[in-house]
Amino acid sequence: MTWLVDGLSGLALLCGAFFVIVGGAGLLRMPDFYTRMHAAGVTDTLGAGLILLGLMLQAGWTLITAKLLLILIFLWLTSPTASHALVRAALSDPQNPPPLLQEDIQSVPSPSSTHLSEGERIEQAK
Amino acid sequence: MFAVTALGILICMVLAISRALLGPTVYDRIMAVNAFGTKTVLIIAVLGFMTGRPDFMDIALVYALINFIGTIAVLKFIRYGDMGWPRNVPDEPDDL
Repeated sequence: MTWLVDGLSGLALLCGAFFVIVGGAGLLRMPDFYTRMHAAGVTDTLGAGLILLGLMLQAGWTLITAKLLLILIFLWLTSPTASHALVRAALSDPQNPPPLLQEDIQSVPSPSSTHLSEGERIEQAK
Repeated sequence: MFAVTALGILICMVLAISRALLGPTVYDRIMAVNAFGTKTVLIIAVLGFMTGRPDFMDIALVYALINFIGTIAVLKFIRYGDMGWPRNVPDEPDDL
């Protein structure tokens, strides 16, 4: 039975690490603030949840598991709240560039010029 | 297993801190620092298991609280220029 719990815990930990790395890559590579926010917010929930689930399986029925569960509940409550507040603040700021639309993405040929057009949009917003 | 997870979280922290340094707008930086703080909570928890000292969970819990409060406080500071105190409070009289 321990091998099953160990295997499940290792699987959850590895999947969590994968999602965390994917979130970091999305944070760096996405073309626009709002898409970056999506990458950060979504993978915060899944990556943190899977890693803490793996640690909970390792700890068993102890006080550690209760603390990990508390951390997990707290992260699941605060991460969407912080994302929501951040996006609302960014949307209500007139100096911030507006969200990328579908036509903007289609008119941009390559990722390098996406970065250029982002700077241009910030200049236009100013 | 714990080492691989810690390595993945560290890679994500490097990516997040580079976004915080690059980020064109102030909101990018706040978002990256918020993500960095979440990953710090995770890596404290994983390191506690790695070194066999699971008492670190308390520190991770406190760090999660501080991370959320700090993000909201910085957002309020950016938005209002102060911590969101009411503006119509009269100044203290000079003769006090």
